[in-house]
Amino acid sequence: MAIVELRFSALPEHVRTARLVAAAVARRAGVAETVLDEVRLAVGEACSRAVGMHRSRADDDRPVTVTLDDGNGRFCIEVNDGVPQPALTEAGVAEGAGLVPDLSANGSGLDLIENEMGLAVILGLVDDLDVRAGAEGGVIRMSWPSGAKSAETVG
Amino acid sequence: MDLSLSTRTEGGRTIVEVGGEIDVYTAPKLREQLVELVNEGQFHLIVDMEAVDFLDSTGLGVLVGGLKRVRAHEGSLQLVCTQERILKIFRITGLTKVFPIHPSVATAIEASD
Repeated sequence: MAIVELRFSALPEHVRTARLVAAAVARRAGVAETVLDEVRLAVGEACSRAVGMHRSRADDDRPVTVTLDDGNGRFCIEVNDGVPQPALTEAGVAEGAGLVPDLSANGSGLDLIENEMGLAVILGLVDDLDVRAGAEGGVIRMSWPSGAKSAETVG
Repeated sequence: MDLSLSTRTEGGRTIVEVGGEIDVYTAPKLREQLVELVNEGQFHLIVDMEAVDFLDSTGLGVLVGGLKRVRAHEGSLQLVCTQERILKIFRITGLTKVFPIHPSVATAIEASD
């Protein structure tokens, strides 16, 4: 098991760095090449959302923390925005309630799309996803199968 | 890689050629460009994304914002994209229902005539 932890000030320019680090560590952990684009996009979305959580808090210098862990046959990414917030209801998160924009309305739906697409993208990309919020900050935890390299070399 | 932007007129439409990465850091540049074009009276836009390496939800939000602006002037915003990894994001978010997506600039111009 190996853990890589990245902490950065909640600034947009650092999100690309987080994407690059996550993709490099995922590749090293044996995550399939075909999945690396999803990892890169999902961690970018989670970090962008975390940076956005700090936007209205100019005096808040708590960093965003990204933890990459390749233990137990899974490659796990946890992004903690460091912004204390009220807890989400578990039922709502499990069903993705309110997280995916409703595109049925032609006009009003566009306002929602413009502002809250990040979690919708993550929900569409990641099968194993956990979103939590609490006094320690909002945490998005995602995981993918790792060790794909050994499977690919068989035969 | 940073974001590259260039504009030109072709077939009576304004083509915005975008290259590089569109994310939370670079998307404001694209937003500024689209706002500027609309303010100049360019209401029929084609955004060519063939040279885009990365697109996230912030970029999608900017494109949706651009669409809202041109629609307010009865205009149109069409996309050119054939890259599967970029198209996938439009499919995941259901935005294929919102944006006409074409395989080439020529097709986009033809469709908007």
